[in-house]
Amino acid sequence: MTATTALLLTAPAAVPPAVAAGYALTGFVRHEVPRGLPAVRRTQESRPPPVRKATVLTAAGVAGLPERKEAAAASPPGNPAVASPVRAGHPSDWAALASPTVILTCAALLASERVDGGWVSAYSGLLRADALTVWMLLVVGAVAFIACASAPAHLAAERAAGNATAWTMWRYHMLVQTFLGAMCLAVVSANLGVLWVAIEATTVVTAFLVGHRRTRTSVEAAWKYVVICSAGIALAFLGTVLLYYAARQAGIAEAWALDWPTLVAHADRLDPAVTRLGISLVVLGYGAKAGLVPLHAWLPDAHSQAPAPVSALMSGVLLSVAFAAILRYRVIADAALGPDFTRVLLAGIALLTLTLAAGLLLAQRDFKRMLAYSSMEHMSLIALAAAIGSPLALSAALLHIAGHGLAKATAFCASGQILHLRGTTKIGRVRGLLAQYPWLGALFGLAVVALLGFPPFSLFASELGIARAGFATGAGLGWATATALLLVLVAFAALAIRTARMLLGPAEATGESPSALWPLAAGLAACAALGIATGPLGHLLTQAAAVLERP
Amino acid sequence: MSKGLFTQLLDLACGAFLLAAVVVLWRRELAAIVRLFALQGFALAAVALLLGLHEDRWDLIAVAAGIGALRAGLLPYLIRRALTAFVAERDGGPGRRGGSEEARETQPLVNVAASLLTAAALTLLAYAVARPLVELDPTPATRALPVGLAVVLIGFFVLVTRRRALAQVVGFLLLDNGITATAFLAASGVPLIVELGVSFDVLLAVLVLQLLTVRVREAFGTTDIDDLRELHD
Repeated sequence: MTATTALLLTAPAAVPPAVAAGYALTGFVRHEVPRGLPAVRRTQESRPPPVRKATVLTAAGVAGLPERKEAAAASPPGNPAVASPVRAGHPSDWAALASPTVILTCAALLASERVDGGWVSAYSGLLRADALTVWMLLVVGAVAFIACASAPAHLAAERAAGNATAWTMWRYHMLVQTFLGAMCLAVVSANLGVLWVAIEATTVVTAFLVGHRRTRTSVEAAWKYVVICSAGIALAFLGTVLLYYAARQAGIAEAWALDWPTLVAHADRLDPAVTRLGISLVVLGYGAKAGLVPLHAWLPDAHSQAPAPVSALMSGVLLSVAFAAILRYRVIADAALGPDFTRVLLAGIALLTLTLAAGLLLAQRDFKRMLAYSSMEHMSLIALAAAIGSPLALSAALLHIAGHGLAKATAFCASGQILHLRGTTKIGRVRGLLAQYPWLGALFGLAVVALLGFPPFSLFASELGIARAGFATGAGLGWATATALLLVLVAFAALAIRTARMLLGPAEATGESPSALWPLAAGLAACAALGIATGPLGHLLTQAAAVLERP
Repeated sequence: MSKGLFTQLLDLACGAFLLAAVVVLWRRELAAIVRLFALQGFALAAVALLLGLHEDRWDLIAVAAGIGALRAGLLPYLIRRALTAFVAERDGGPGRRGGSEEARETQPLVNVAASLLTAAALTLLAYAVARPLVELDPTPATRALPVGLAVVLIGFFVLVTRRRALAQVVGFLLLDNGITATAFLAASGVPLIVELGVSFDVLLAVLVLQLLTVRVREAFGTTDIDDLRELHD
């Protein structure tokens, strides 16, 4: 039993890096790794600018003929010129699906391994899975599945456009897999120090995914991303250190002073003043990674510059994995300081973030940035639910994490296809998506409809739950919830008008058609299914919310 | 080691630690800033070493050696290498901005005199904020704890007001040194596994930032971060 538990807890964090190592080895064996860095720098430096211009021309209505011909020459004779390299993808791209499958399987098995509402742990308590862990693993696995299944089409398009060399392909897979491993480690770790290390590792790993093109915009986004997130998360580490200090002074042994269950159990013995300082820093620090004010500035830049599947992963799960850390700390803070402290802190941050996101959504002209600000809007709703803190609000927050992850992953992957087909991210230059690509347009539209909170998608249920819980709790939070709903309405209008402009209108004449839309359809179907009936997941959701309740 | 000597040596090391951070604000040559950062790494290692000797803990002495190697050796070496690469590039490639300009923090957003005053204010703030921390367990080590927080704040200040990419990297590392010092002074350091993970992450972050600096230079022709204004709303 313990061996199986250890295996199930290790696999989600260990298999993705193993797959990454596999990709690295294959890259080396096939001699596709550049010899010496300067050489690669020179080749890539010279390549992107002309190609990018050609892509933009395509969007302007002039068919990018030179590229097409290249693609046709590259494809084997007899096959249709354009479609084949775009659709087929590299067979090795599909190996990336192994990790999400393993993560989902392990999460399902862990759910059955836990004896009713309890938890399992391995390596003397270093790794631990309770209902919340299982829930987050399921979300990570599901979103990763969508992202990894959309990756082959994305990479094939990049290859066809000449933006990617074989080495950049291998590097893409290596980094994405390591990213997944780090997120899973953050979820299964019971030690708050290891949790910090894993979340910081996600920043380091994704830096080169954000800056994968060496254009000015993407380098700028990568620089801001690393500097703001690293500095922000350093604050979270300072908070963790202060909490460790408080725990040691409360008489907890060194080995257990960063252990989450131990800290929760002995939270009443922590010094309130030190804990208050520590928790504020932690909320600020992990808030940076979750896209909350005041250290949110990296988010729209990074999300708009990263490749679409990576944006899907970052927006869909990275934000919520960071927020799950805040949820864990919130339990300690409430036991040590009473509920009011985190309530005021989180509600304030949530309302500020929501105001900012709604304001910037109103003036948005770039559809990937629009989706990024919508992520901030949804994260602030989750933060508001955490501030409310009743069982209903916590279940709604966790359901919102799942629903937002699925819908946003779909929306970002679809926006990547739109970017590839139209060559622009400007909302004003995209028209008639529904008329020209009915399936892609419908999927993008439905994903935005889900994000707007319409039934049958699960975000409807969770937003309703948050609102109900907010009005039921008390006067102060009732006002906060009312303000939040008003701001959500503003964001709703902005998002709906802009998406409608992109979807409607006459078709433009370009030859290519979108490919590999089934992962997006699956994501939306899962989101809708979750909204109609949680089924066996309902039980898990209640248990996960119970883990986070005030002890 | 007697208690009095331990306290004096610890205060000396902490003083050097804080002074290095303040002098970073004073100097404009990036090479000098990196040297100061290395000096601060030594002071940090000395703090850890003194605590290890005082508590007779060999693992802490080993950690001190590791921290000294990383923060006074490897990290300054990496930054210095990037710096010399930029300056050397100037000689080979005409038409770009001068390398001497790359090697200096010519126009920080806040001038030197105001920066030094701010550092003083930040140190006072750190002492005010840290009062509950010291009161919880007043030992010689925790009494020096505000120094760690002051360096954290000064690191943030450098990060926000300095315009050269490498100066910002040093700012981030000052911030990190401050946190490590806080951890040592408050609780004799975090558990070994966390310390290892944190050091590894910091090393990787610096490697990533160094590579990004090269790319910023390639894309913008300068390492002045204020020129990064393509993305905004």
